[in-house]
Amino acid sequence: MTSLKPAAAVRRRLFNRQPGRGWSIVLAALPFALLVAAYLWGSQTRLAANPDDKLLPAPAAFVAAIHDYAFAEDPRSGDILLWTDTGASLERLGIALAISAALGLGLGVVLGVLPFVRAAFSPLLATVAMIPPLAVLPILFITLGLGELAKIVLIVIGITPVIARDLALRVGELPAEQLIKAQTLGASTLQLATRVILPQMWPRLIDALRLSLGAAWLFLIAAEAIASTEGLGYRIFLVRRYLAMDVILPYVAWITALALLMDLALRLLRGWAFRWAEPGR
Amino acid sequence: MAEILVENVWKEFGQQVVLENLNLKLAAHEFVTIVGPSGCGKTTFLRMLLGVETPSRGTIRIDGEPLQAEPGPDRGIVFQRYSLFPHLTVLGNVLLGLEMRGNRGLGYLWGARRKAAVRRCEEMLESVGLGAARDKYPAQLSGGMQQRLSIAQSIVCEPRVLLLDEPFASLDPGVTQDMHELIVRLWRDNRMTVFMTTHHVREAFQLGTRLLVFDRNREGPAAAQGRGATITYQLALKGPKGEYP
Repeated sequence: MTSLKPAAAVRRRLFNRQPGRGWSIVLAALPFALLVAAYLWGSQTRLAANPDDKLLPAPAAFVAAIHDYAFAEDPRSGDILLWTDTGASLERLGIALAISAALGLGLGVVLGVLPFVRAAFSPLLATVAMIPPLAVLPILFITLGLGELAKIVLIVIGITPVIARDLALRVGELPAEQLIKAQTLGASTLQLATRVILPQMWPRLIDALRLSLGAAWLFLIAAEAIASTEGLGYRIFLVRRYLAMDVILPYVAWITALALLMDLALRLLRGWAFRWAEPGR
Repeated sequence: MAEILVENVWKEFGQQVVLENLNLKLAAHEFVTIVGPSGCGKTTFLRMLLGVETPSRGTIRIDGEPLQAEPGPDRGIVFQRYSLFPHLTVLGNVLLGLEMRGNRGLGYLWGARRKAAVRRCEEMLESVGLGAARDKYPAQLSGGMQQRLSIAQSIVCEPRVLLLDEPFASLDPGVTQDMHELIVRLWRDNRMTVFMTTHHVREAFQLGTRLLVFDRNREGPAAAQGRGATITYQLALKGPKGEYP
């Protein structure tokens, strides 16, 4: 017979050990701190060897660049460039995400609910989803011109098929029992869609949007880089000509922060609006 | 009120015969309990009554009319699990059937009609002991409460036939006793026909007015050919006794 050791003496598996709240914060901050430290060290080393080095600017250069772009008016246009760029980019992104969400939800639910529509359009959607959206960008510029429309359409083409396919799959994952039950309660096809399936897809739509954010930003920056007169992506590619790392890096950090905030906002919206869908409830 | 006539019903999936030669004639307001080993077609039979499966041969009639080949409001169902709507509150779950039948369009009721429907649902929730839980979501309920809700959801729509597919299989024994009392009371009050599959022979004898035993015919040359199951015994019982108020 093996004797059981007292609980305190048992070393639990690494797998079962959890960091406490304090440790979680420290551990999460550590990689960021290491990255910053590595950058500062690299920057200092390079600047010591060559004071004109542009690759890894010193912190003071960032402060100056951020001041010029975020707090001072551009001498030529009179705009504060960071805000103009941010406004233009977020407008494009917001419109495109709204359109993609509406289309994706509608398509996904209809595909998931109606076998005939699924049979007719599912293969088409699967094919369209495989077209690399950036390969279509020249076509968009040729047909839609270089204005806002082409950029928005690029994002919509890029993420709508993903959202629609994801939602169609989610509809398929609803338990058959639930859908049969609804029919025994008198549900018509329309009512199955509007009262049973659609309401359960809203939180799924938010999940799908969150996962699409990265791709949406990618397409936005790409479109802005090629043909634009303002926008975060436009600015980065513009100052690239002068190797202006002191502008590019803060812009990248700003874009990352915006994306993180959008992700957070969607997550909070999901928890607030769809309490029933939160795990552990 | 539902008289049920099952005539020479077979169910085959490809080469495999699941059920063969089912014949059954039921007067209205029976409580039919169905027992038998796993995989002998109890659930398939229930699914045929539900309209999710169609018989390969033969016909099923309710009150003389052939069964519709899809689930409909005349036949309620309580599955073992997963038949609640997670996005609706307890009240919303019961209300849904009345709303969808009251408004054939989008399935929402407003004003006085909604109030009347809500009142009826609240009475129904009281009668199954869920009055205090009306604003909770299904995920917040225990297994027994979920099954009560699922039953209430079906009964409020007044089906002629209520199908119960091992409804109490995942509940603990104390809860099961309560559920027996509940289902017998609802069966008596609502004058419907109940079909219930179960693994508990005792439960089947206690509740049923008629007990069906599904099994494969194990004797004779037919057994060797791997044929389907059928109703091997059919017992008329006294039905639930006075201990169920």
